[in-house]
This record gives sequence, C-alpha cells and structure tokens, in this order.
Amino acid sequence: MSAGIELWPPAASHHAQQVDLLIGSFGAMVWLLTIPVFVLMSWFAIRYRRSREVNRDHAPTRNLWVEVGWSVIPFILVLGFYVWATMLFLDLYRPPPDAIPIHVVAKQWMWKFQHPDGAREINNLHVPAGRPVKLIMTSEDVIHSFYVPALRQKQDLVPGRYTSLWFNADKPGRYPLRCAEFCGADHSAMGGTLIVMPPQDYAVWLGRNRDGGMDGTLAQAGARLFRDLGCSGCHSAAASVKAPPLEGIFGRPVALADGGTLIADDQYLSDSILLPNKQVAAGYRPIMPTYGNVLAPEQVNALVAYLKSSRAREDSK
Amino acid sequence: MTDEPRFEHPPEERAPSYLAESHSLRSWFFTTDHKRIALLYLVSITLFFLIGAGAAALIRLDLLTPQGDLLTNDGYNRAFSIHGIIMVWFFLIPSIPNVLGNFLVPIMIGTRDLAFPRLNLLSWYIYILSGLLTLYVVVSGGVDTGWTFYTPLSSVYANGAVVATIVAVFISGFSTILTGLNFIVTIHKLRAPGMTWSRLPLFIWSHYAVSIIFVLATPVLAITLLLVAAERLIGIGVFDPRLGGDPLLFQHLFWFYSHPAVYIMVLPALGVVSELITAAAHKRIFGYWFVAFASIAIAVIGFMVWGHHMFVSGQSVFASAVFSFLSIAVAVPSAIKVYNWTATLYKADVAIDAPLLFALGFIGLFVAGGLTGLMLAMLAIDVHVTDTYFVVAHFHYIMVGGSVTAFFGGLHFWWPKMTGRLYNETLGRIAAILILVGFNITFFPQFLLGYQGMPRRYHVYPPEFQVLHVISSLGAALLAVGYAMPAFYLLWSLLPGGRRAPANPWGASGLEWTTSSPPPKHNFIAQPVVVRQPYDYPLAHPASRDDG
Ligand code: HEC
Ligand code: HEM
Ligand SMILES: [Cu+2]
Ligand SMILES: [Cu+2]
Repeated sequence: MSAGIELWPPAASHHAQQVDLLIGSFGAMVWLLTIPVFVLMSWFAIRYRRSREVNRDHAPTRNLWVEVGWSVIPFILVLGFYVWATMLFLDLYRPPPDAIPIHVVAKQWMWKFQHPDGAREINNLHVPAGRPVKLIMTSEDVIHSFYVPALRQKQDLVPGRYTSLWFNADKPGRYPLRCAEFCGADHSAMGGTLIVMPPQDYAVWLGRNRDGGMDGTLAQAGARLFRDLGCSGCHSAAASVKAPPLEGIFGRPVALADGGTLIADDQYLSDSILLPNKQVAAGYRPIMPTYGNVLAPEQVNALVAYLKSSRAREDSK
Repeated sequence: MTDEPRFEHPPEERAPSYLAESHSLRSWFFTTDHKRIALLYLVSITLFFLIGAGAAALIRLDLLTPQGDLLTNDGYNRAFSIHGIIMVWFFLIPSIPNVLGNFLVPIMIGTRDLAFPRLNLLSWYIYILSGLLTLYVVVSGGVDTGWTFYTPLSSVYANGAVVATIVAVFISGFSTILTGLNFIVTIHKLRAPGMTWSRLPLFIWSHYAVSIIFVLATPVLAITLLLVAAERLIGIGVFDPRLGGDPLLFQHLFWFYSHPAVYIMVLPALGVVSELITAAAHKRIFGYWFVAFASIAIAVIGFMVWGHHMFVSGQSVFASAVFSFLSIAVAVPSAIKVYNWTATLYKADVAIDAPLLFALGFIGLFVAGGLTGLMLAMLAIDVHVTDTYFVVAHFHYIMVGGSVTAFFGGLHFWWPKMTGRLYNETLGRIAAILILVGFNITFFPQFLLGYQGMPRRYHVYPPEFQVLHVISSLGAALLAVGYAMPAFYLLWSLLPGGRRAPANPWGASGLEWTTSSPPPKHNFIAQPVVVRQPYDYPLAHPASRDDG
C-alpha cells in the first residue's frame, strides 16, 4: 500500500472550512439525538427479556404528546441547520462582479480551460490565490461534473447550456480536480489539477502562456472570428441586411418576436449563435444562419467574450 | 393472560397443506395460489441476487488496487451497471412485496387469495420474461450506462445493449404495476369480517402504501425509458441538446420515479420490522396510528422530493432550496417509526431470537442511512458529497442494511409458516450478527472515502484511497459469508427429518398464526372472523386496547 490513510481532505477556501464546520456540528447533533435511542433500545431489549421477572405493569401503548414531542423537536433543530446550509449554498450562486471569468469546456475525457487574456490549458487550471474566479462551463458531449474536493464544490457541465461555479481559493497549492458524473469508458481517468498560485507567480505564469494559447485575449480572438465568419457582414451599421446591432448587448433586456423579453446572458448569446431560431429578436426576420455544426464550443466562448467586451467599450465611453 | 380464543373460528381440522396438495410441475407453473407464487418469486429473486452479488464481487475485487487490475474500464462500467440494474429491479423491488407480501397479505387479512389470482401468476411470468431479457443483456456484452441511464450518454454515446436493457426494465414495470393493483383491490375488498381498517396489521398498511407508489410511479419510468430508446433508435430529440432536447428533463422524469422507488424498496421493510418487533416484544405496538399513517405520509411526501438528486445539475437555486426542505420533512415519518419501535420494547416481554436481532440490526442501519440522508439533503454538504462514495454508502445503508436485512428477518420469522419447518435458531442468531458486522465494515469506510473526495463509479482511483477500499472489500467477504449462511441452514431445515413447526412457534398474534404451518390451500379451514385489535397481547394496557 503506497500512501497511508488521509482522514480529512485539505480545505483550500473559506467556503470549504465552512462546510467542514457545518457537517461537524450537524454530525454532533445527530449523535446526540441517536445515541439515547440506541441505548434505550438495547437496554429495553435486555431488561425486559423473556426470562426476567420485572415490573411490566401499565405498559403504555400510546401517548399523543410524546409523539408530537419526538416528531417536532428534532425537526425544528434540523431546520436550524437547513437555514445554515442553504445560506452557504446561496453564496455559491452569487459571484462577486470582479471574479475572473474562465471558460471551461469538458468533453470525453478531458477538461479545456480558456483564460480571459487568451491563455489556454488542458486538465490543469492555474488560478491566483485570494482572488475570486468564476468558471463558465459547458460540455461538448455528455454530462460531466467539475469537482474539486479541496473546495468542497462541484457543478455539472451540461451540453447545450452554461452552468457556472465560483470560488476564492486562498491557500496556494495543487489540488486534485475530478469528474464526478459518470461519462463513459474513461470517466475515472478524467482528472486534472487545480493549481492555486500566489498572485505574482500567477502573473508570471500568464505572461509565459499567453502566446502558447491564442493570439491576444479571448475577446480579441472573438473579434477576429466575428469578422472571419461573416457576422459583421450582417451585424454592422453599414450592412445591407437588417440585423440587430450587438454592441453592448450583454446584460441588456432583449424583446423577442414571440412577445417575451429576457436578459442577454451567456446562455442567450450562445443560443443565438448555435440555434438562432430558438429565440428570434423582435422586429427581425429569422434569417441568421445556424452555426451549430460549424463552431467548436471554444469558438463560441470567444465570440461571447467579444460580445461582452463590446459592452465594456460602450460603458467606458 | 386471557383464556378466550383470539379469533372466533372452529379449531383447526387437518387439511392437506398447500405444499402437499399436489407435486406435479404443472401444479407449480400454472398455480394461482398466492403462496406458491410467492415461492416461485423467492426462487427467482434469489437467482438474480446471486448474479447481482457476483457483479458486486467483481467490483470489490477490482477496487483492491488503485489501478484496477482485474477489469478493463469498460468491464468495470458494465459490472456496476448490471449490478445496480439487477439489484434494484430484479431483486430488491420484488423481494419483500412479491415474496412475503404475496404470501402474507391474503392470510393476514383473512381471505383465500389475492383478488386476481391469475393476474398474480401473470405478474410472475412478466417478471421472468423481463429477467430473461436482462440475462440476454449480460451474456451479449452488457450495458454501460449505470442503472440511472443518464442522457445523452445513454441515448447517444453508450455502446452497450442499452435498448435491450431498457425494454427489460420496461417490461418488468408491468409486473410491478399488476402486483400493486392486486394488493390495493385485495386490501379494499377482501378483508375478513371484522377486519376493519383500524385492525389491519402494520405490514398491510405499508404494503398498501407501497402499492400506491407502484401504480402511480412505475408508468413514469416506463415512458421515460421508452423515450430514451426512441431517441437512441430514431433520434427523436427529447433529451439530446443537439436535436433541441433537454438532458435535464430526463433527470427530472427519472427521479420522479426513482425517488419514490427508494421508498418502494424501504416501505415493505418498515412493515416487516413492525411485525418482528411486536412479535418479539409480545406487546401491542406503541402508537399504532402514528406508525400506520407514517407509511402513507412517506408515500405521499416521497413524490415531492425528487429534485434532491439534482442539486448540482444546474436546476434552479430556488427549486433546490424547496426540495431540500421537503427532503428534511420526509425524514420525520421515518423517525416517528423508529421512536415508536423503541417505545414498544419498553415494559415488553422480549424474546431475543434471530428475527429480533435482524430487526434491531435493521433499525441501527436504517437510522444511519437516514441520518446521512439528512446530511445529503443539506445543500452545502450535498454539493461536496453528491456523486461520491458518501452517496454509495448512504443508499447501501438504506437498501442493503435496511431493506435486505428486513427481508432476511422476515424470511426467518415466517419461514416456519411458509415451509412448516423450524430452522436452527443459534445459526440464525450468528448469521444476523455476522451480517451486521460485515455490513458495517464494508460500507462505513465508504462514508470516509466520499467525504475525502472519492467519486463513485471510478475504476481507477488515487492511491491514498486504497487502505479504505481494501477494508471495504474485506468487509464484503465477511458479509458474503453472513448472507450465505441462511441459504444453508434454511434449506437444511427442509430435508426429511427437519423439525416440524407448530401453528404458532413465536406465540405471535396475527391471523397467519391461527392457521396451520404450512397453511392449507385456502389458508383457513373456515372463514375467520376478527373480533380484536391487532397485536392483542395480554401485556397491552387494557385501557388502550380499542383505539390506540
Ligand atoms: C445573414 C445575416 C446574419 C449573419 C451572417 C449573422 N447574423 Fe446574427 N442575427 C441576424 C438576424 C437577422 C438576427 C435577428 C433575428 C434573430 O434573433 O434570429 C440576428 C441575431 C443575432 C443575435 C441576437 C441579437 C438580439 O438582439 O437578440 C446574436 C447574439 C447574433 N445574431 C450573433 C451573431 C454572430 C456571433 C454571428 C457570426 C457567427 C452572426 N450573428 C451572424 C443575422 C445574421
Ligand atoms: C443486496 C442488495 C444491493 C442492492 C440493492 C445494491 C444496489 C446498488 C446500486 C443501486 C448501486 C448503484 C449502481 C450505480 O452506481 O449505477 C450500487 C453500487 C455499488 N454496490 Fe451495491 N447493492 C447491493 C449489494 C451490494 C453488496 C453486497 C456490495 C458489496 C459486496 C455492493 C457493492 C457496491 C459497490 C462497490 C457499488 C459502487 C460501484 C461504483 O459506483 O463504482 N452492493 N449498488
Ligand atoms: Cu466523468
Ligand atoms: Cu431521493
């Protein structure tokens, strides 16, 4: 046997410590509630066993208040923990606005990461310590699940939609990253490493890897695609075709042809590119070609990053 | 002690038992006697249990080393898929209802047979048909989707015999639905004179509750699986996003069935344990109505908690918070049962025989499974431990530690009634203890593995998990010995010269103990008339006899 037993996994974030505290206290309460039951059960069975002469008079067979008591009191205690656990969970869905957005695409059986400034990596994910990071994730084929035990966090990656997960790892180190949703033959080999680096090391790492990935940032790559794929042929003020302007679209409400409105988020932008007929913008004819079979998810991510950045341009004006 | 007879009917005359009545093969394969059909089920589910256990043995051997030396990746995936599929649909779901329930429901309510005896036989044939198809899947190379068939893996990417497996599970569903219908009608229509609802044994209440789930939930699974097969065969695009489908829709539909299905697996066990505890205690159950309605509450609330399997799937945060709350609520009726069983032992007259040991083992393991279930219902904890060995341990505590232990307890308790023979009590006690110990050594380490971050369905794993995996595999060997023992001494008791059982070897109340062991073909010589409360032992406090 190689490595010995490790009884408690390392905690790389404040959230992970909170989860440990939660399960520790809940575990303690659960023991307090159960030990008496187990002890009484064994004690009754032995004390009142067949051969023994003991007082068995007035054996009760019902008692309403006892019933209500042992149903309601533990329930209320557990509800306290429910509130605590739900608060912690809700935090996981409120990423701070300055979180570094990193795109994740999973496929059988690897993880692909795209950093906002263009660096790309496979199966390893480098992040700066003490800075919030937001993963925007999707899958190319089946459902996978991004799981870092040291963060006590996991999130499924679902084909055809975006899911996200954010964390703030404050302890530099290397932590295993695993796929937690059964995804076919090599599911158990679909692992990687989360590398949490001190911020200055991270900056150095980024500098070295920027060119190893694409040229320029993710948004710049998106801008090039926008031109090369002919998007700009329709979506520009000069175009002869009537298509909606896309500057600053991210985060804005969009009126749809079917009368509804929604906020243009990652999901909507990616759907508009891959399945344009799913939701058609009001006032336009559904003539936009479907890019579903043409684009890889990474390219969609770049386009979406570009559309998001044009909002930033507008905002800074 | 009272001297009056507990049930008013003429003393037993000698009538040939249902076993002695005829010996031809025909009389077994075309029987409509619920007792014989129960035995047909007993033999068939035992065979499937052996196959499922064989797959478990392969899994546990393979996990002895981190690099998984025994099986290939694909082989491992096929092993756990067939293990789950066989254990759930071909062993555990039919186990208590179709063996003990089939045998006992008519006798406990004092009637000759189920309402539709021929339908009952048809259920068995449908089950066998679907079972044969599953065996075909095993020999034709297996299936690699897990028992959960998640899309689009199952509908597009998997390359095993997915459609054949789906058809097998689909067909087996009809057997389940027919059994459920049969029980519901029987319990409503065929109760003996005087067997009012408030006099029903708790075993009947829990079978009533489980029958409702059989009838309401199984069709949802059937439709869902058909849609997966249709997507796989003709690409109709319900679940595959590239065809405009939604993979999460599958999970909603699947768990809408499969969460109630976990109660299908545990409710009958709760009924068995209520019988074992009261019979061993020789005392009326504490809080009859609370225990009875807890079964119904579990069945009803059980339909509203399926989303707790999807907390990290991308379902809405609000939905998760609601499902988390409801999942905590569904634990309350289960807790009520445990408290009432404990209170039943107070001032009782306890016979510490194998059935009681199995029942107490059940309670301990069921509580451990239930409390870890509560932990899983806490959102922030679930995010960490879902899809890890923590979940594997949790459901084995409930399904194996709980339901299988109760099934063994029930089998021991009613063995004299079913076969007319007494088994060796000492060996029975040893087996009960061995199973309890072996089970904990096998599955407790898996909680630790899960919390440390070992995902489930992993063939190759990091070396730091090896020690716990080896302990778990050793425990499994012990558990296997525990499960094998009853097979020997129970069969031994059937040999010529085995000790004959009297009508009521345990001194238990309940109509089944008023007829001979084994019962005659029509269960009773004369129609029994019920005049007393259930569990009417002399110890019950007189004031509480009639309502309780
Ligand atoms: C043939 C012209 C044409 C081309 C080429 C084209 N689009 Fe479109 N696009 C449209 C039209 C028309 C609409 C409005 C109707 C609709 O929503 O389908 C639209 C809608 C959109 C929307 C939704 C905008 C809103 O206000 O709701 C997005 C985002 C978008 N396109 C992005 C792209 C991208 C990225 C490309 C290049 C990969 C592209 N389009 C290529 C014509 C085009
Ligand atoms: C007797 C009734 C049993 C039932 C109903 C049962 C049920 C199940 C189910 C539903 C699964 C999930 C399968 C999946 O992940 O798709 C499972 C997994 C598993 N079972 Fe059992 N089981 C039983 C007995 C056992 C026994 C006795 C052992 C050990 C000897 C065992 C070992 C395992 C293991 C190791 C897994 C996890 C496989 C993996 O995820 O890699 N099971 N079981
Ligand atoms: Cu995977
Ligand atoms: Cu569930």
